[in-house]
Amino acid sequence: MTDYNFAYLDEQTKRMIRRAILKGLAVPGYQVPFASREMPMPYGWGTGGVQVSAAILVPEDRFKVIDQGSDDTTNAVSIRKFFEATAGVATTTHTTEATVIQTRHRIPETALTEGQILVYQVPIPEPLRFLEPREAETRKMHALEEYGLMHVKLYEDIARHGHIATAYAYPVLVQGRYVMDPSPIPKFDNPRLESAAIQLFGAGREQRIYALPPHTRVVSLDFEDHPFEASKADHACGLCGAGDTYLDEVITDDRGSRLFACSDTDYCEARRAAGHAGAMAAPYAETQA
Amino acid sequence: MTPLFSVRNLTKRYGARIGCADVSFDLYPGEIMGIVGESGSGKSTLLNCLAGHLDPDAGQVLFDTRDRGLIDTATMSEPERRMLARTDWAFVHQNPRDGLRMGVSAGGNVGERLMAVGARNYGQIRESAIDWLGRVEIAADRIDDRPRAFSGGMQQRLQIARNLVTGPRLVFMDEPTGGLDVSVQARLLDLLRTLVRRMGLSAVIVTHDLAVVRLLADRLMVMKSGHVVEQGLTDQVLDDPQHGYTQLLVSSVLQV
Repeated sequence: MTDYNFAYLDEQTKRMIRRAILKGLAVPGYQVPFASREMPMPYGWGTGGVQVSAAILVPEDRFKVIDQGSDDTTNAVSIRKFFEATAGVATTTHTTEATVIQTRHRIPETALTEGQILVYQVPIPEPLRFLEPREAETRKMHALEEYGLMHVKLYEDIARHGHIATAYAYPVLVQGRYVMDPSPIPKFDNPRLESAAIQLFGAGREQRIYALPPHTRVVSLDFEDHPFEASKADHACGLCGAGDTYLDEVITDDRGSRLFACSDTDYCEARRAAGHAGAMAAPYAETQA
Repeated sequence: MTPLFSVRNLTKRYGARIGCADVSFDLYPGEIMGIVGESGSGKSTLLNCLAGHLDPDAGQVLFDTRDRGLIDTATMSEPERRMLARTDWAFVHQNPRDGLRMGVSAGGNVGERLMAVGARNYGQIRESAIDWLGRVEIAADRIDDRPRAFSGGMQQRLQIARNLVTGPRLVFMDEPTGGLDVSVQARLLDLLRTLVRRMGLSAVIVTHDLAVVRLLADRLMVMKSGHVVEQGLTDQVLDDPQHGYTQLLVSSVLQV
């Protein structure tokens, strides 16, 4: 592939993005502005994540893309193909083999290790956006650590629903300093934000990059009498039988039958290959035929 | 006795024009100062300078802080000033829409200042919200309604509750009764007077309504074209106005 520079972006752009990433890593949770480029895909499809991935990829990397936990949805397939074509890097669907994982809306179930990098696609990086629409004001609030408003949102949740109903993009406090939007991951994944891997967040349209270095303290906001709870559907996976994973609810017919299955397809497959089977699973060998 | 709030030669210009010029006064704990004057006389400019919303061009605004005594608010760091604005100070806007979060329930509006200073117990926040709604005569079952669903008078009372919940020592009010009909105005004034006296608050009230200052203010300052033309005890100024403009103002009030 000679028509493109390695990983699509030119070297100066990658350098600019790397500087933003380094600054983000130095100030965990702080949103670093960067000069986001036009990418050959629409905003909302992961332009921020793609730019971050492009800036950090090296030819030896093994790249994995997940979209809502799955390796085989349109978004995941097209971004994986994009980097296969423009960077020529090896790709994989196995979490443990990947060195760079770009994700949308999930953190893999398998614990990440040192040396791995998780890249998030972020639609709206500003956790205070819907409470305080003025960008100048929210920046000031971050600078002065005025985060009372974040709790107003949680208060409203409890007042209206009796419990904190925010189920995704659940705000977290990073290293006791910055309140951060962890991108629209389910709050079930929030405890896994404290990870051994480097986590990078890219928002293309909003032109912001932020980061969590390994083992950063990440606390989900809550009230003393309404503590944070990493909730999930109260079922076991119908395919692999796992009881501790985040589940997708799949409607299987028009008579109310449904299947709960791991949203992390790689994790689910690995379990089934290892002989685990859920209540609704066909024998594993049959599915491989 | 040290004043709670002391203003020295405060001046604010808009280019060549004068916003307010050379204003000085002391405000002691528990005292209410009224500022009256016609539209364009510089009342709101003065109030915004006092409350730190505008930077004055000259002069000092001193406040008796809890930990450091009387200091110039202009020399405070921004975090300090903003902290002051949500703990010891309160600002009641003329239009409740400016002072409330219209998309947040009444309880959330009242609780915001508590959460901003670190309250993290939902039960307690809700309890004090209910308590404060009661004090401003809003039924407890309206706690989860948004201010949009409230009448103008209720919105204004909610704004007052939201401001007083952290027990401020100094309240700035910009035409608190503006835009309300007379019977609602009377109830709001009655409520304000009770709250202010019971909590021992100091307040600076800007208004063009002489009845409001007659009821609430201990002292009165009359402004015209950016200058203070007369000041003194409220009853004294209103009953025996000395300056020509004050005489005009007092005689302009319609008697029913």
